[in-house]
Amino acid sequence: MAILVDASTRLLVQGITGREGSFHTQQMLEYGTNIVAGVTPGAGGREVHGVPVFNTVAEAVAATQPNASFVAVPAPFAPDAILEAAEAGIPLIVCITEGIPVLETLRVYHAVRERGVRLIGPNCPGLISPGKAKVGIMPGFIHTPGPVGIVSRSGTLTYEVVWALTRAGIGQSTAVGIGGDPVIGTSFIDVLELFQNDPETRAIVLIGEIGGADEEAAAEFIRRHVTKPVVGFIAGRTAPPGRRMGHAGAIISGGRGTAAEKIAALEAAGVPVAERPAQVADLVRRVLEGV
Amino acid sequence: MDLHEYQAAELLARYGIPVNRGILARTPEEARAAAEQLASRVVVKAQVHAGGRGKAGGIRLADDPAQAEAVARQILGMDIRGRTVRKVLVAPAVAFEREYYLGVVLDRDARRVAVMASSAGGVDIEEVARERPEAIVREHADPCLGFQEFQARRLAFRLGIEPDLVRGFAALARQLYQAYVDCDASLAEINPLVLTRDRTWLALDTKVVLDDNGLFRHPDLAELRDPEEEDPLEREARLAGISFVRLNGTVGCIVNGAGLSMATMDAIKLYGGEPANFLDIGGGASAQRVAAALRLVVADPNVRSILVNIFGGITRGDVVAQGLLEALRQVEVRVPMVIRLVGTRQEEGRRLLEEAGLTVVDTMEEAAQRAVAAAQSQ
Repeated sequence: MAILVDASTRLLVQGITGREGSFHTQQMLEYGTNIVAGVTPGAGGREVHGVPVFNTVAEAVAATQPNASFVAVPAPFAPDAILEAAEAGIPLIVCITEGIPVLETLRVYHAVRERGVRLIGPNCPGLISPGKAKVGIMPGFIHTPGPVGIVSRSGTLTYEVVWALTRAGIGQSTAVGIGGDPVIGTSFIDVLELFQNDPETRAIVLIGEIGGADEEAAAEFIRRHVTKPVVGFIAGRTAPPGRRMGHAGAIISGGRGTAAEKIAALEAAGVPVAERPAQVADLVRRVLEGV
Repeated sequence: MDLHEYQAAELLARYGIPVNRGILARTPEEARAAAEQLASRVVVKAQVHAGGRGKAGGIRLADDPAQAEAVARQILGMDIRGRTVRKVLVAPAVAFEREYYLGVVLDRDARRVAVMASSAGGVDIEEVARERPEAIVREHADPCLGFQEFQARRLAFRLGIEPDLVRGFAALARQLYQAYVDCDASLAEINPLVLTRDRTWLALDTKVVLDDNGLFRHPDLAELRDPEEEDPLEREARLAGISFVRLNGTVGCIVNGAGLSMATMDAIKLYGGEPANFLDIGGGASAQRVAAALRLVVADPNVRSILVNIFGGITRGDVVAQGLLEALRQVEVRVPMVIRLVGTRQEEGRRLLEEAGLTVVDTMEEAAQRAVAAAQSQ
């Protein structure tokens, strides 16, 4: 099983001729992801690492039937690329682009929802179902297949936790990076629901950070709807208020969005919260043994 | 990116919002001249990127030009929450009947833009939100259609604004919304919006914060950035494309990734130290980026030790190590440095660093503990 991406994923790469797009196409191919097509307007007819390139998403869809798209297009053009994929009926769009104006993301968020399309990101590392498919920019070698689902607003911090799990002999079903922007296509709750319904996932790790109230909403959802054990980690206990910590969405504003509030909400929902990333592995081992 | 009040007022005036136009002054003499030109009682207001200007004594009334000069002399150079006041706005003092709050903001939870209003104007709206949330009314703009006239009217009626004033209030609210959207703002606020004695609306104080990610499509607005308001190191970091926030501790941090940077700071605190900064070098750990990051960290005189935490991932460990060594040839580091490096070929990377006499450790926890100990023994 796993969620969202697996061996049946047929991937389209938008922006495939760009530096990022081309590099990550190669990396994803090496991992074993089935990349069926790429799109770069004006580069139709070319090939990148053996993958055929089309001018439009509609042409790529007609010729190769992708069921997911990886958007590696610079910020000024990324919203258009996402909408083009949604319009062409691709059900899963993963956008790694950082720096999209939030009002653009807001517009895109509502447009893709209306079309029943799932957007992951923007400003995310993508997702991976170890041993099955990688639709993202994470290093494949740190992952190993197993029973733990991971959902995170971060990139390298997720790798840190995954690496700790793998070194502890605990594998992952799917690791989903949902992104660090203030508005993102897929929330913690959406992914928690998928993990709850995935028979292969036996425990869930939620990695949050300061800013917004999505972790609090996730805690409430866990309390009501998640029967599988969940372990948490929240970054930014030492972050000062009013300052943006790298991610556009990582800011304590008006005294809201602190790590302390999020940790309290998760603990109140019965979620043990690790003090440091490596400790997540200990907590996961404990909950898995308790299952 | 924060705008000054005088910049926000100019911007909002372009959308038809009636603002209380003032004159910017950089010296007490300029403030006097401004007051003479306005030929009325004036208010002298500190122009600085800090909240609580009024409470800090940064907003004062003056009856005549001589007093305006005296008041400006007190305000200029004043420290408000760590920021030095370098400019004041001299504006006509306005007699008014009532004060309101009107603001446009992104409601992250609702994934919509919210227009908020309150009859508790002139005070900190966050305080009102905490203590009397019922005093704030809000409407969410439709993501496709925007903020409608009827929604603006509804705000006015819910605040008990008299029928003859509703049309004017609604027009203003829609102008503010339009300015917010057009400029890629993350906050546009009028506080207070006053009803003057002759029953007209006037924006007495305005605040606009712009979405940094939107600046690429507003070069005119990007130019409004005030270099005097930026910490010099933070400015250097921004120009180098590095996310950097200066803090008060002694352990300098160089990390790749925002989440991991925060987690590294937290680990330093957990082991009894204090981070000197947040620093995310961004994707790829090239020699040039690492060198830029090192320069920022060593420029902070509080730094007693440096923790480098790189989760290389796809970037090869030996390449990261070579980048670090190249950076260390460019930048002189006089404090102890602890390096933690993960990635493909990390063993080769580690060997390269150890051969150069650097301390390399396996885990982030160990790195944090050693960096804290090094800072404390300095």
